[in-house]
Amino acid sequence: MKSGSNPQRVSMSPPLLEVEGLTKHFPVTIALFPRRQIGWVKAVDGIDFAVDPGETLGVIGESGCGKTTTSKLILLQEGPTSGAIRFDGEDIAGLAGPELMRYRREVQVVFQDPYSSLSPRMRVGEIIAEPLQIHTDLSRAAQQERVAEVLDLVGLRPEVAALFPHEFSGGQRQRIAIARALVTNTRLIVLDEPVSALDVSIRAQIMNQLEELQARLGVSYIFIGHDLATVAHISHRIAVMYLGQIVEMADSLELCEKPLHPYTQALFTAALPAHPDDKREKLTISGEVPSALSPPSGCRFHPRCPKAMSRCAVDAPERKEVAPGHSVACHLY
Amino acid sequence: MQPLLEVTNLETHYVSFGGARVIKAVDHVSFTLNEGETLGIVGESGCGKTTTCLSIVGLLPPAARIVGGRIEFAGKDLAQLSQSEMRRVRGAQIAMILQDPMVSLNPLFSIYTQVAEPAYYHRSIRGRSLRQRVRQLLDAVRIPSPAQRMREYPHQMSGGMRQRIVGAIALAGGPRLIVADEPTTNLDVTIQAQYLDLLKELQQETGVAVIFVTHNLGIVARMCDKLAVMYAGKIVEAGAVRDLFNSPQHPYTKGLLGSMPKLGSKEKLFAIPGQPPDLASLPSGCAFHPRCTEAMPRCSIEEPGEIRVQSAKGLDVAAAVGS
Repeated sequence: MKSGSNPQRVSMSPPLLEVEGLTKHFPVTIALFPRRQIGWVKAVDGIDFAVDPGETLGVIGESGCGKTTTSKLILLQEGPTSGAIRFDGEDIAGLAGPELMRYRREVQVVFQDPYSSLSPRMRVGEIIAEPLQIHTDLSRAAQQERVAEVLDLVGLRPEVAALFPHEFSGGQRQRIAIARALVTNTRLIVLDEPVSALDVSIRAQIMNQLEELQARLGVSYIFIGHDLATVAHISHRIAVMYLGQIVEMADSLELCEKPLHPYTQALFTAALPAHPDDKREKLTISGEVPSALSPPSGCRFHPRCPKAMSRCAVDAPERKEVAPGHSVACHLY
Repeated sequence: MQPLLEVTNLETHYVSFGGARVIKAVDHVSFTLNEGETLGIVGESGCGKTTTCLSIVGLLPPAARIVGGRIEFAGKDLAQLSQSEMRRVRGAQIAMILQDPMVSLNPLFSIYTQVAEPAYYHRSIRGRSLRQRVRQLLDAVRIPSPAQRMREYPHQMSGGMRQRIVGAIALAGGPRLIVADEPTTNLDVTIQAQYLDLLKELQQETGVAVIFVTHNLGIVARMCDKLAVMYAGKIVEAGAVRDLFNSPQHPYTKGLLGSMPKLGSKEKLFAIPGQPPDLASLPSGCAFHPRCTEAMPRCSIEEPGEIRVQSAKGLDVAAAVGS
């Protein structure tokens, strides 16, 4: 049943990407009065994690938990309010010029919906070659060669470079998006729900393809998703996010066996069974995710938490390590 | 016992270019559904599962025609009814829950108006008792402070709440059958689990039969008694949910089950090769044969007939296997 069981990764090499105290607050203003500010949306509020070379970090959470903002911060589409992101030990906030270009070259993204993320007016070959034009000085012929190479990597024939995106199915488009992300000898790919828009039988194809590519190229992934089974399957480690904070982080198999945070436990009871005879516990969580505009005091999960104590409403718990590689932010531990 | 709904050899075609192009979206589909039962219809996009549902509720787009078969519901053939006759069935006896509650609620009408409408027209409830009925319905779908909420409008509700209101509208006419077309696709996991629990409870209370259209086998495992697997407009395998999960017969069903990631397991997923076919140009013989790992030469020539497989528990599993 378990093939890749390594209880925790004891890696000596420095992490590829390191995030420390990362925070992003968006100001909220009244319509028509952009300067009159009425509050902050704390989309990401002090998160820490690290991604090692060749590793997949899964990020899971419901809508509004800040997972997409986190990916935007890593991709430098937004600047952080505070905190640092270090790539190869270097703070990316201080990058400029060629250093910044190197970062943008080595960190790429694959979006959820391959129907809107590929330009309908460009041929597949042009889509995949565009990062090469920006980041390298390869000749046209060398670019085409590289395009053929990555198309082969993702399981498409090199001839498809001459076609337009509308000639492909969803699964093939997602392969094209992955090829585009890989073309610049990428070291980290942010996968923002890359399989949720695909058909069931195609999902498994793309997941297997991603795993194969990682084994072959040693690329790291940050896999963002909301389906527990999918994220757990592809990730080595998982970070569970709730209202802008990481509430639990552990090795994927360990998290499946021993979820500690009440929210993670709720996610597991809410997950759909793989078989009609799977026993299920009663759903303990009620209500919906509160607005990030006015998050609850203390532990942000306490209004929905079945195990909440009086101090949970006052005191925000720190995330602390309870077992090697397994950390949780909850007063119970 | 007479089944509540009996669909026999239903054929729904999309006709375009004045009949020059015919797409067989639903091709000889048959199934039965008893009072209080839940049937899951599973398949990939374009397999005809939504068209099957729209045929039952009589809401097909203008280009689509029911060209053959019968849809017998409580003794009437719905395929033969006129639009005005159908209007008396829809909402009163058959209700539909659509995928996206952002689109299926009217932003210009209050929650009260929308929930009250089926009860007003089909149950002829008026005045104070109508108010009370709406309050009960909103209470049943767990809307907090219903008396206040029913004066509000859809934009004031969250996604999960909107979908529950759609559920209240579906129940308002007191239907015997609810057709739910991927009702939880746009909901968050914890909200989805709450909604599925709620649907199940309401079903136990009211004894309504449900057709659940989904592409998620996990939802089927949790919610359904029976399952029909559709591929390219046909039902390729049908039977009791447990039997299909325990001993799937059709290679497509096996493939779908194998491609589901399981919690706590890192086993490599089974991926069905290739992609779903275009309904306008289907492969010859068995439509699944180009993707099938167990295909034989005759699969590309002959369409497999329906055979009944005896399952371990002595129940009938109907499967069309090319063997």
